[in-house]
Amino acid sequence: MLTRRKLLQALGLTAAANSLPGLALAGGTSEARLVLVVLRGAVDGLALAAPYGDGNYRNLRGELALQRSDLLKLDGLFGLHPGLPGVHARFRDDEAIVVHAVASPYRERSHFDGQDVLESGGTSVGRLRDGWLNRALAPLSGSSEIAIALAQNTPLVLRGDNSTTSWAPSRLPDADDSTLGRLQRLYAGDEFFATRLSQALRSQDIATGMDSMSGRRGNEAQQFGELMTSAARFLVAPDGPRIAVVELGGWDTHANQGTTNGALANRFAALDRGLDKLRDGLGDAWSDTVVAIVTEFGRTVRVNGTRGTDHGTGTAAVLVGGAVNGGRIISDWPGLGNADLYEARDLRPTTDVRSLFKGLLEQHLGLSAGFIDRTVFPNSAAAPPLEDLVRS
Amino acid sequence: MNASKIVIAVNRFGLGARPGELDRVQRPAAWLLDQLQGPAREPAVFRDLPDSARVLTEARDLRREQREAKRNDEDVVRKYGRWARRNYVAQTAARYRHAVETDGPFHDRLVHFWSNHFAVSADKQPLPAIAGLMENEAIRPHVGGRFADLLLAVEKHAAMIIYLDNQRSIGPNSPLGKRAGRRRPDQQVGLNENLAREILELHTLGVDGGYTQRDVTTFAQVITGWSIGGAGDRGRFADGEPGRFEFREAIHEPGARQLLGRRYAQAGVAQGEAVLRDLATHASTARFVSTKLARHFVADDPPPGLVDEMARAWLESGGDLPTVYEAMLTSDEAWDDGQRKYKSPHDFVVSTLRAFNHVPERPQFIVGALDLLGQTPFRPGSPAGWPDTAEQWGGADALYKRIEFSNQAARLIGSGVDPVELGAAVLGTRFDPDTRRAISRAESRIQGMTLLLASPDFQRR
Repeated sequence: MLTRRKLLQALGLTAAANSLPGLALAGGTSEARLVLVVLRGAVDGLALAAPYGDGNYRNLRGELALQRSDLLKLDGLFGLHPGLPGVHARFRDDEAIVVHAVASPYRERSHFDGQDVLESGGTSVGRLRDGWLNRALAPLSGSSEIAIALAQNTPLVLRGDNSTTSWAPSRLPDADDSTLGRLQRLYAGDEFFATRLSQALRSQDIATGMDSMSGRRGNEAQQFGELMTSAARFLVAPDGPRIAVVELGGWDTHANQGTTNGALANRFAALDRGLDKLRDGLGDAWSDTVVAIVTEFGRTVRVNGTRGTDHGTGTAAVLVGGAVNGGRIISDWPGLGNADLYEARDLRPTTDVRSLFKGLLEQHLGLSAGFIDRTVFPNSAAAPPLEDLVRS
Repeated sequence: MNASKIVIAVNRFGLGARPGELDRVQRPAAWLLDQLQGPAREPAVFRDLPDSARVLTEARDLRREQREAKRNDEDVVRKYGRWARRNYVAQTAARYRHAVETDGPFHDRLVHFWSNHFAVSADKQPLPAIAGLMENEAIRPHVGGRFADLLLAVEKHAAMIIYLDNQRSIGPNSPLGKRAGRRRPDQQVGLNENLAREILELHTLGVDGGYTQRDVTTFAQVITGWSIGGAGDRGRFADGEPGRFEFREAIHEPGARQLLGRRYAQAGVAQGEAVLRDLATHASTARFVSTKLARHFVADDPPPGLVDEMARAWLESGGDLPTVYEAMLTSDEAWDDGQRKYKSPHDFVVSTLRAFNHVPERPQFIVGALDLLGQTPFRPGSPAGWPDTAEQWGGADALYKRIEFSNQAARLIGSGVDPVELGAAVLGTRFDPDTRRAISRAESRIQGMTLLLASPDFQRR
């Protein structure tokens, strides 16, 4: 396993590394929090932030076009979906950025491969077996895990050599300490089991006091809200993790995706409420926080035969948080004219999502550009970091 | 050698030993292959379930009731929810009762494998009420036959057609598509690529199997009209017996099609059937599905030589599944004691119940346990099904929940059994001396049983 110590040794550096420029903590603060929200299923970016000011939008989107009067206005071109009032309030407080016409380097249309590329940070499927956020942890990891997946099983983006932990609400009574102690000894000879149990026990300690989570199952939106409240608890705990990964599925709107109401609107509302819960739970730490909300790819510009949209390419991403230098749209808008579309059907991507991630790692977590280019996102020279994402 | 082969046959290729099972198996490979014919007649637990035609007729009647009632009549909405839940629980209970009790566990494991390969997910209506029925009606009869027959049965089953929206996909040049286009030019009427794409990506060729976006669109055109009876509550889609496959010429995109380098001039339903039969024996399908089989049974990273053998057997036999299974079972790699799979939550719960020879009185116990462990029955959440590697199931929190389940199962159903004796009976030659020692030193039988179920020996197969 590549520990921080081994990395430092490999680079010929000693304990003084923290004070050296270039390796770690150049610009960021140790209080910085990063929450990555992975929306699985391919979010329709043209519904998340609708380009109402583009002359082709109403025509191409047909019955799924959002009315200008229903949208939460961002600027003269874009309006947010009405299911996202919280994000809109943050935008007006200069705490949110919408990045539009964004995509990973992946150009096919399989969810599973698309998520693989988004999370591995590679340029194509299967090139990298671990996650970019895990690789980014090397200079940051201390004695306890700095990153947590709020999920039963760790998603790819956080899998890899650097130690992370995971937690999800439980509905069963705990096994007693005696049994757990015996299991720790029984597992001692088997690394797979031993490391996982010790990580789980550390998370369990932090989560004590979350009794209201157990034994209760609300609807999925409520569960996502509770998950975000739990994420906030982890992120404010002394010596707790500072980076969290949360997932929300249900975005694959092939049929009846709806406009102001319906399946997609409900998803946006669940996301919006979850973000509010996170902000409430973080309290003062909100001002040190960036939440990055991303998805594997977008959806077709035109409506399909079943009032939905099929798998596409370019989509939108959102940054929200007290540390975000917000109130802005970042978009080199490609337009929706027939010649502008990717393969005559999808929003053409003009921003590489890795540019977004690279900007955050550099400006918010203080990683050096060299480390990011070498280790976190190899072969990403074509995707320079987005600038000024974080308040200085 | 033979003793450890028996343990592998029962735990890796079967569903985990019931007490006494290790003693009954004499010739491991033959014991497995003999199961492929399946039971002489359909087991009573499945025969007693209402079939999908009946369930979808009830669904239609309930929807009518809903429409006739006042808007948002909560009683009717609740009634529908109760009805769906009742069917879901009954089907889940039957599946797990059979899994615990069967003497043909290899056959049943294959059923579960194929059910996951052709995943439908009980998270959109009315899938909770019929997802389990697809496994019994389309998969169970065909796991010991030809892949083409399995494939056709699945793609024509109501659960698959509804899950991937194909009853709503309309050929723009079909009689109905043209008329709708003239009448409501503003409204989109047309194709839905969902089923066509997933057949190519997930059921047959695999994502790298050499097809293009054009193939997906063409294939979607080919299978327009593949629908079910009673696809609508009234109007022209209402005819036919609810739940039975129904080919609707009126929405089928007419004409010959060029797909994956072949021309399909057939008319009607025969065109799609011909494409599926070709896909079933395509070299990409042989390799993609053989890899998944080998990954499921042998190792997360299956030995390439084994996959080669299986894919060759596939192509030479024209997709005869017993020939493919036999190619796997006659290889040395399949019996490698060093290769051990980390059990999925489903494997873990089934093998636990088999070890106790116990079918829970309340099937909700199984649903609740699998939900907590991250593998809710018939609800993988996507058409890709559940993943099949330790990496995907191996989260720290997931292991902790297995320990909690072990603790719960030991308390609820394992307190009367001696854990050392049970360990020897179900793990045989694989019962590690350290595990035995730890269990024998436990402070209670319940604690000892928790240690057995949570031990690496029992968590792997």
